[in-house]
Amino acid sequence: MKHVKFLNRYAFLVPAMIFMSFFYAVPIFKSIQLGFQNYSISSFYTGKAPYVGLQNYRYVIHYGNFGKALENTILFTVVSILFQFTIGLSLAILFRREFPMSKILQGLLLAPWLISLIAASAVWKWILDQDSGILNEFLNFTHLDRSYPGWLVDPKFALISIILINIWIGIPFNAVILLSGIREIPEDIFEAAEIDGASGFRSFRHIIWPLLRPVTAIVLLLGVIYTLKVLDIIIATTNGGPADATQTIATKAYFYSFVDFAFGRGAAMNNILIIISLLFAFLYWRLSRRHSND
Amino acid sequence: MENRKKARFSSALTAGLFAMGVLVVPLAHADQVTLQVEHYYTAGPQVQAFATAIGDCAATYGAKINITVVPGDALDAKVLQQSSSKTLPDLLMLDNPDVASFASTGALLPLSQFGITATGFYPGIVAASTYKGKLYSLQPITNTISLFYNTDLLKAAGLTPPTTWSSLKRDAKRLTHGNNYGLAFSAKADFEGTWQFLPFMWTAGASEDNINSPQMASAIQLWVDLFNAKSVSHSALTWSQSDVNDQFIAGKAAMMINGPWQYPALKAVPSLHWAVAPIPTPAAGGVSVSPLGGEGWTLPDTGNAANEAIAAKVLVCLNSDSNQMKIGLAGGVIPTKIKLAKAYVKQAPDMAAFVKQVATARARTGIVGENWPAAATKIFKAFQLALVGGKTAAQAASIAAAGQ
Repeated sequence: MKHVKFLNRYAFLVPAMIFMSFFYAVPIFKSIQLGFQNYSISSFYTGKAPYVGLQNYRYVIHYGNFGKALENTILFTVVSILFQFTIGLSLAILFRREFPMSKILQGLLLAPWLISLIAASAVWKWILDQDSGILNEFLNFTHLDRSYPGWLVDPKFALISIILINIWIGIPFNAVILLSGIREIPEDIFEAAEIDGASGFRSFRHIIWPLLRPVTAIVLLLGVIYTLKVLDIIIATTNGGPADATQTIATKAYFYSFVDFAFGRGAAMNNILIIISLLFAFLYWRLSRRHSND
Repeated sequence: MENRKKARFSSALTAGLFAMGVLVVPLAHADQVTLQVEHYYTAGPQVQAFATAIGDCAATYGAKINITVVPGDALDAKVLQQSSSKTLPDLLMLDNPDVASFASTGALLPLSQFGITATGFYPGIVAASTYKGKLYSLQPITNTISLFYNTDLLKAAGLTPPTTWSSLKRDAKRLTHGNNYGLAFSAKADFEGTWQFLPFMWTAGASEDNINSPQMASAIQLWVDLFNAKSVSHSALTWSQSDVNDQFIAGKAAMMINGPWQYPALKAVPSLHWAVAPIPTPAAGGVSVSPLGGEGWTLPDTGNAANEAIAAKVLVCLNSDSNQMKIGLAGGVIPTKIKLAKAYVKQAPDMAAFVKQVATARARTGIVGENWPAAATKIFKAFQLALVGGKTAAQAASIAAAGQ
């Protein structure tokens, strides 16, 4: 009887386990396996992909400016998240209370999130064009800068420019999730605090920030993982150039796989990215555990 | 009650299945072969020209065709997926630099198996269709790139189209006024940028199997000089060839490197007066060598011998003199048989410059074969490193050659 109960319990887990193993475990296993194989375009036809040990990892780390790509990935992620999060949080606090037109403005806020990334990138490419882009026209018109910087074509500015685009895209996500988190905080806490004389920054410091911490953690974690693997914006605006100035781990993985057709190297690069993401996930797990133990 | 419902349901089901059988059976039993054809032409006059030519050819051999169009970049991925699931089409078009790569996998049939040879084709076309001494594709039409110039702007400056690198630099400088540049080309960090750089690289005597050479450095130096003199916009680093064409149409570039597929867009602007000249060479009297574009048609190994035999006949028919002429005249592409040049130029006089260029043009896979993607990557890395990466031309060539 006890046995049946035990089996029954596990039977309920079976559908989830099947789903997880097919859609999560198999791709990850396949990616790890590919990283150790010389998987070229011939492998598709012949089905043969010899194992080459760590050769793919050695190649992607020693060749093709890996250090630069790693540095770009970290800069891109850290700076993007920093600005997305602070701007998103400020907007969320702004929209906490209703004011005239606040609903319309909230709707508009979502625009960058709704526009297709490829279309948005094309528009940004026009805006940032060196000779006829509206940004340089504006700088020239206002006499702020007459040097016509090449936002996407000068290695000094290219990474900054794509970070800027990525921040613009990421703000709505941060703002919307943080806003829903803030709305969850019971209004009477704010009222009580106000009676005690805590309003403005002090109510943010002592009410919103601590009570929002679980939401903050999830927004940051998702943001980091999402930003680490950003590919579309970079491919559509600079394609990793000029002179590798905007090459990241994710774009390199893409180029190895789908331009050079060296799928083993692409998988190796991708696995490095997964490891970096896992480090962040682990960090999040540790932090949230410590937090729940408090 | 319940039983009757069930009975009604099962008889309905039987009737339904029977109806489906009636519909399916005659199709399955027809002797007419349907050839699966796959290409990436999504727009332009080629779509119809090829559909008609292939359809007519297939009809001669009693076959029907079913054309699948997979746009541009997606074709390679699709073909890889089909080759692993053994569902390759009977007649497959590939961008010509990809023919060697796919031939190297064993997924394509050598055409000698069907007694097909490429006699009478331009030598560059034969090289593009050959992998390890065996012919794998027939390419009915080709194109290449050349120097387009705005006749009004050159006349106003009292210039004739430049023929040497030094006159190119001098004239481009003289044609540049502020944001209106003397020359435009695509120096993108991708294969399109490589394709545009090849005429300069090859004419300088550099080879794609080892780009760490003084010849390569001299070609890179030409682009660096043009950039530094501000005769070419820095935006060229992200421009595609159609962006380059837009700049030329807008009068923002007096000359450009581009191909005949831009003719329809250029002709749509009647106020724009332009002509085509060979790409300048390092010294006077040199021969301009440009890359051969276009697509090779191949016969994948489908394991269906009957279909393969018919597809082979259709492939030969597609490359017949009359079909090459028809497709070529349909719009901006050049027949690949040497003997057709005269008749073609007579009917398409504005293509004369390109027809001349094709005679000396080279295949991208002629030397490096299936290693072309890797070589092409090194080439665009090299010129980008020198243009904006702060390296000298020689350093850039050596760093890119080492794959660093």
